[in-house]
This record gives sequence, C-alpha cells and structure tokens, in this order.
Amino acid sequence: MFSFCTDPDTLGTLPWLACYLTTGVHLNFYAAFGTVLILLAVTAPTALAFGFGGAMAARSRVAPLRWFGQGYIAIVRGVPDIAFFLFFVIALDQGFEYLRHVTLCPDWDQPIRQGADFLVCPEAKLPLGSAPQWAHEGYGFALAVLTFAIVFGAFAANVLYGAMRAVPRAQVETGEAYGMTSRQTFRRIVVPQMWVYALPGLGNLWMVLIKATPLLFLLGVEDIVYWARELGAAKTPRFTAYPHPDWRMWYFLALLIFYLAFTRVSEIVIARLSDRLSRGQATAAGEAMRRAGA
Amino acid sequence: MEECLQTIADYGLRSIGIGERLLPRTDFTLCQQFTLIGSGLIWNVYFGLLALLSGFVLATAVALGKASANPLLRKPSEWFIFLFRGSPLFIQFFFAYFLFLSLKQVAPWTEPLSSAALGALVVLFLNTAAYSGEIFYGALRSVPKGDTEAAAAYGIEGWTRFKRITWPTMLRLAWPAYTNEAIFLFHATTLVFFTGFPARQQQADSLYYAQYFADKTFNPFVPYPILAGYFILLTLGIIGVMGIVNRRLNRHLPQAAARRPRLLPQIIR
Repeated sequence: MFSFCTDPDTLGTLPWLACYLTTGVHLNFYAAFGTVLILLAVTAPTALAFGFGGAMAARSRVAPLRWFGQGYIAIVRGVPDIAFFLFFVIALDQGFEYLRHVTLCPDWDQPIRQGADFLVCPEAKLPLGSAPQWAHEGYGFALAVLTFAIVFGAFAANVLYGAMRAVPRAQVETGEAYGMTSRQTFRRIVVPQMWVYALPGLGNLWMVLIKATPLLFLLGVEDIVYWARELGAAKTPRFTAYPHPDWRMWYFLALLIFYLAFTRVSEIVIARLSDRLSRGQATAAGEAMRRAGA
Repeated sequence: MEECLQTIADYGLRSIGIGERLLPRTDFTLCQQFTLIGSGLIWNVYFGLLALLSGFVLATAVALGKASANPLLRKPSEWFIFLFRGSPLFIQFFFAYFLFLSLKQVAPWTEPLSSAALGALVVLFLNTAAYSGEIFYGALRSVPKGDTEAAAAYGIEGWTRFKRITWPTMLRLAWPAYTNEAIFLFHATTLVFFTGFPARQQQADSLYYAQYFADKTFNPFVPYPILAGYFILLTLGIIGVMGIVNRRLNRHLPQAAARRPRLLPQIIR
C-alpha cells in the first residue's frame, strides 16, 4: 500500500508491520467489521419490529393469536440460541425454496426429500444457480439477518410485553373515560409511554445482540471471526510475501478489544438515553431528577 | 424396540468414548438421533455443573472485591467483571484456545489446557464467575441496612457477621437472577465445540451431534427439535434444583414473600 513496501530492506521493522497490516486481505478483514456493523444496524430495527408484533400477538384478545405470541416468546427463550441459529438457516432456506417450488413448478412429480437430499426444481433454487457471486453472499447475509431477527425478536417481544403492562393502568382508564377505543388508547397512550419501561430491557438486549454477532461465523458469512482465523494462521514464505508463525491469538485479542470498546461505548450511550427518557416521567428516576433540579 | 436397546447400548456413552467407535453413516433412525444427542448431553452437564460450582466460589470473592473500599481489591475485580461481561463468550473461547496453544509451546506441562475438557472449562469458569460476581455484587449492595445494624447490636461482628448475616442475605436476594445465570450457563456450554476446541474422535456435546445429523440428512427438522426437547428438560431440572435451594434460603420468611425464580432475558454472552 505504501511506497516503501516495495523496498526489501524494510523487512522486520515497524514499517514491515505497516505494510503487513495494509495488504489486500487485511482490507477485507477491516471491511468485515463493516459487515458486523451493518448486521447490527439492520437487525436491531427488524428484531424490534418482530418483538413489537410478538408482544401485540401475546396480548391479543384472539386466543390462537395469543397462544402463538406467547409460544413464540417461550420456546425461543428456553433453548440455546446457537441451536436456533443453526436450525433456522437451513430451515428458512428450505422453506423459501419449497414455497418457490410449489408456485413455480406445479407439475414437478418427484418427491422433494429423497433420502438425504433436498431437491427442488432448478427454477426454484435460491439464489438461482446462474446468479453472480454477490447474490449468493447477499442471500446468505439476508438469511442471517432474518435468523437474528427471529431469535432476538422473541427477547424483544418479552421486554415490550412487560413494558406495555407496566404503563400505569390509570393512564389507560383516563383514555377510556375520554371515549377512546382500545385501539386508540393503545396507540396514543400505551405506546408512547412504554419506552421508558422498556429501555433497561432493550439496552440489555442491545448488549446481548452485540455479543451475538460473532455467531455470524457459524452461519457461513465471511465475518471478522472468519478473517481472524484465516489471517492469523501460520503462513510460509511459499504462499505469501509476509510469512509469519501462528498469530491467531493476537487476532482474537484484537477482536476481544474491539468488542470491549464497543460494549463500553454502548453502555455510556444507553445511560445517557435513559436519563433523557426519564425526564418528566412519573417514575422513581424521573422524580429524582425533578428533585435534583428543584 | 430390541434394535433400539442395542443402539442405546452402542451409542449411549459414545460421547465419552465408550461403545461403538464409528458414528452411524447411513439409514439414520430416530432412535440413533435420540441416543447420540442425549449422549452428548453428558458434556453439557459436565461443563455446566463444574463451571457453576467452581464459579460460585470465585464469584463471591469477586463480588466482595468489587464492594470493597480498598482500590487494590476493587479495581482488579471491576476489570475482571468488565473483561468477561463486555466481550462475547465465543471470542473468549477462540482467544483462550489459541492462547493455550501458544502456552503449550513455551511450557509443555500446560498441554491439557488445549483440550476441550479442561481449557473450555477454565473459560466457562471465569465467565460465569464474572456474571455471577456482578449479580452477587448487586445483591450485596441491597442487603438491608437494618440487618447488619441488628447484628451489630447483638455483638455479631466481622467474619461471623459476614458468614451468618450478610452472605446468606446476599444469596437469598441474588438467587432468582442466579438461577437464570445457571440456565444460560448450561445453554452456553453448547458453544464449546464450535470454537477452536477440537472434538477428539467425535466425542462432543449434544449440539455437535445434532449438527452432525442435520448435515448428514440435510433435514434440520428432526435433530434440532430433539435437542430443544432435551434442553427444555434440562432447564426444568435446573429450575427445580435451584427452587429447592431458594426455598431453603427463604425458609425464615413469611411464605408469600418468597419469590420464585423466573426466566429473565439474558441469554448470549
């Protein structure tokens, strides 16, 4: 990358490290941090939406919908999440292909499961066999996002369900006394007030979500864990201009520090946000703030 | 039925290297999947139980350290908790494994640490100690002032006061959260064989076998629900045992005040 990298005398010196750390594969490694951030940026709102839907279903007046919502929350939380990650990636993939198979190839007469194989017609493959490389990578990433959203949606649903119930009953009753329908009280009274109750849980969930991102590696996405393993492994002079012994320990140390910094910053931001949301609320924190101000 | 009993005899203890050497390769039966995945559960229980018991001791020490007025005790405890709670367990496993590998080059006697049975246990032990330490620290700060004052009025001071008043109260307050920690520690044990730690001769935990079957049959709808079923049973077992301890810790209180442990959302680390 730098001009002095072409000079063989720099070997074994600090400039060597600068050259080593800016090779093409290393730039891929740094880009993978971007992948993690994109995953977080996309998953957090999606999981929140799933959570909102789940919480609404769990408090629905329609019994089957309520059972579905409560079952969703209970099952996802009772089983190791990593099992869900491994399960959903295959199950969603097969589910999508099966749906496309049914719609696109109605006159396909062979069974889909043949022993250890899962065969759909070629038009139903996702992505199509002829699709370019980025389509395959994008599809893998989308599956990962959906899996994360389903699992974390259940946690978010649990938090939001609790928050909706924490809104003081008197507030809702006041709304009803003014002649609002239950839909109106939900939208105008419950939803605006529930966030302050949900924030501690959601903040906790955000930390948990950050710490779950290395599991992307298990879903087959080329993320930071993948690159740390690749780059850190011992290299011989035969295959690279930068031979080195097994450095994986140092790469994972770097990841460890990255995550520590990330969670620390998040903690500080959440604490500020919590202060901001508590202002003027009828909660202990809001009351303490009012007294401090007065 | 006959055939299934044979399968159980062959594979029931496969995860610890007793019985049939080769894993089934074709014509997978439901019985094989139940047996092998259940067999892997031995590892989950091994990791979970030992890490929980040893972590409990360190957690108490760390909680006391963090609550201490002496910065020489407080700072290391705070950093220890931050280090293990602030980073993903998955990365901790990877880092520890490669650290142990490097250590082996320098000091050959540390070799057992690079095996899953010991190395992963050490990581889980430190990890659960940090999480439980934070829980215990929170409980320690919530011990009612009146309790310690009453103890002082009776002339109970120092170590005796800690042993008879502070510590039992801390445990009582922390227990519901600690029950959750125990549940999620058991869930976390499934990560071990997905990090660097090698599964020697395919002796590994239940998730490893579940994934083995899912890969071989390309059908995730059988092995993973089996695994889920086992884990739900395991979770119920933990809640049961911890509930007994909880009742004992709360036995001096009016019964309505005894809180039952609940499942709270705190899952991946």
